[in-house]
Amino acid sequence: MTRSSQQLWHFHGGLKLDSNKAMSTASPIVKARLPKQLIIPTQQHIGEAGQLLVKVGDKVLKGQALTDCTEYVSAPIHAPTSGHIVEIAELPAPHPSGLNTLCVVLETDGEDKWLDLQPIRHPNTKSPAELRQLIRKAGIVGLGGAAFPTAVKVNPGPESHIETLIINGAECEPYISCDDMLMREYAQELVSGCGIIQYMVSATHCLIAVEDNKPEAISAIKAVIKERALHTIEVVSIPTLYPTGGEKQLIKVLTHKEVPSDGLPSDIGLLVQNVGTAVAVHKAIVLGEPLLSRIVTITGEGVNQPQNMDVLIGTPMSELIEQAGGYHADASKLIMGGPMMGFSLQTDHLPVTKGCNCLLVENTPPAPPATMPCIRCGACATVCPAQLLPQQLFWMASSKNFDLVQDYHLFDCIECGCCSQVCPSQIPLVQYYRFAKTEIWNQERDRIKSDHARVRHDFRQARMDREKVERAEKLRKKKELLEKKKQAEAAQKADGNEAQIDPKKAAIEAAMKRVQAKKAAQKTDSQSSQVNNQAGNDEK
Amino acid sequence: MSILIAVVTLATISILFGILLGYSSVKFHVEGDPVVDKIDAILPQTQCGQCTYPGCRPYAEAIMSGEANINQCPPGGEVTMLALSELLGLEPMALDEEHANEPEKTVVYIDEQICIGCTLCIQACPVDAILGAAKQMHTIIESECTGCDLCIPPCPVDCIHIRPVKVEPDTWRWPIPESAQTAPKA
Repeated sequence: MTRSSQQLWHFHGGLKLDSNKAMSTASPIVKARLPKQLIIPTQQHIGEAGQLLVKVGDKVLKGQALTDCTEYVSAPIHAPTSGHIVEIAELPAPHPSGLNTLCVVLETDGEDKWLDLQPIRHPNTKSPAELRQLIRKAGIVGLGGAAFPTAVKVNPGPESHIETLIINGAECEPYISCDDMLMREYAQELVSGCGIIQYMVSATHCLIAVEDNKPEAISAIKAVIKERALHTIEVVSIPTLYPTGGEKQLIKVLTHKEVPSDGLPSDIGLLVQNVGTAVAVHKAIVLGEPLLSRIVTITGEGVNQPQNMDVLIGTPMSELIEQAGGYHADASKLIMGGPMMGFSLQTDHLPVTKGCNCLLVENTPPAPPATMPCIRCGACATVCPAQLLPQQLFWMASSKNFDLVQDYHLFDCIECGCCSQVCPSQIPLVQYYRFAKTEIWNQERDRIKSDHARVRHDFRQARMDREKVERAEKLRKKKELLEKKKQAEAAQKADGNEAQIDPKKAAIEAAMKRVQAKKAAQKTDSQSSQVNNQAGNDEK
Repeated sequence: MSILIAVVTLATISILFGILLGYSSVKFHVEGDPVVDKIDAILPQTQCGQCTYPGCRPYAEAIMSGEANINQCPPGGEVTMLALSELLGLEPMALDEEHANEPEKTVVYIDEQICIGCTLCIQACPVDAILGAAKQMHTIIESECTGCDLCIPPCPVDCIHIRPVKVEPDTWRWPIPESAQTAPKA
């Protein structure tokens, strides 16, 4: 039941775009064929990659963890089917850089044999912390495209109280329809997942926001809510306007609140989760299944049978395109994500990752419109949903004035691409912002590194100075000791000579004295005898 | 009489302020030169000596004394030069031609098969990034290496080689759009 009293607001700017979604919503979701090999990048999320738990040659079961995350902001990966590991190597992964990342290559055995699962039929019997731990172990990340670990997001901390849980089913970007199809076909699971997240963050109510160009999805969810007689979960139909699906923009539309510039929705009592994430949470808790697959839209004028597929993580994109009827004769460009925020891929020999919501094949001939100088028309500022000054940011980014560009809140830019879309001079504005953002992050890393080097250099300098002083001190002490020894030796020598001379002298002297004394005694004896003799003679 | 009062008053005031100034210059004395600290904070701390000064701090002091130019730091490149010009209010200067492009970040590694364990590189490393002991094999702690290359000349067996720092998806940077070359400067 849509709350009739639910008042809606507008965010600044935005664009009405041709949705082009109908081409991929005609047929139901198809399960993609099991490929021979799955290439599973170890890092598919924002944060740190986990530690590998398997080695080449290992046999793994469906659902078995391949990595273990030790860092807080991290998510493990799992074997999407049973088979054995044939390679662990740096392989190309879908990233704008086209660089390689560490991937686990799994050769499928076709048995699809599950690991023992531990479903929890009644999540309310577990504590929110236990459920968070299960979500973390299931490797769930935000499936809207950003791939931020969900276990971190649903733990806003003790000081912030989540009042409203917002489930984002807006899916505002043209061509993409995976969330639309998911809501139509998995409405039961979605509502169940919403309930679990709501319980985990103890939110008083939950709003499922869906753009009004998806009436089938809205009615499907409404039916489930009615059937279950839930009063705290509501579906809100919101006007179709790009980029309503942006977290901050959706919050503005639903609540008229604004997320602080460097803050999070939890600062204002809100939590936003994608519909796909809610379904993944349901599967992880109620069925005990980790995140092994996702819905991917394969669409665009350049592909023969646009459709949505349930794809195992790690499936090569080329196989999906093949299943969707292959490329059109004049297909020219493969984009991961939508036409506004996606990035083009150089090859289709890349695996589908958790954040891959859409593969768009364009067939417009690649005639890059000539970029003209900025005429300062201000159209970009009019459409900017973050209320920035795109033109100013452009000047600053192109002149590499990275301090000033931050003063103009570059990091509030959500890279939605509205400014580039309306620019009459065809300036690739978002490219400039992406360039400036990565440059600033790089400078920050350099600064941290140079600070570290300074500390080490200063420490080394201090150590060397200290060693110098210590060595000088040691030398001085040694010298002193030597001097003392010398002196002592000299003194000893002098003393020793005296001592050596003394006894001899003394002995000689003593002897001489004795001799003298004897002589003297003899003299007196002879004198006295003479005297006696004289006296005797005299008497005679 | 009135002129005497004026003279006495002014003399008293100046003596009082003199005492106050004298006192505060002692009380609030700043150790070292804070501007040198600020310059030093901008420099990349490779301690490589390519500026012709023995380390980043001596170069910072030389800039402060007007002895050195702000464009003498090759590892810092244009970014450092611009930051220095902004800090000191000096006109930006062109870097030497060979340093005009942004320098590639490198680290060194020791070919451990060849190393004889002479410890000469350990003595040369300004940031203690080399681990080893006499007659023991040495190795570079890559995360601490600043890429100054000072350890290369002393090595008697040429077992130290320069290697570029690997760019990961996390450290990858978007290139500046081609149209930036034609864009006017702000």
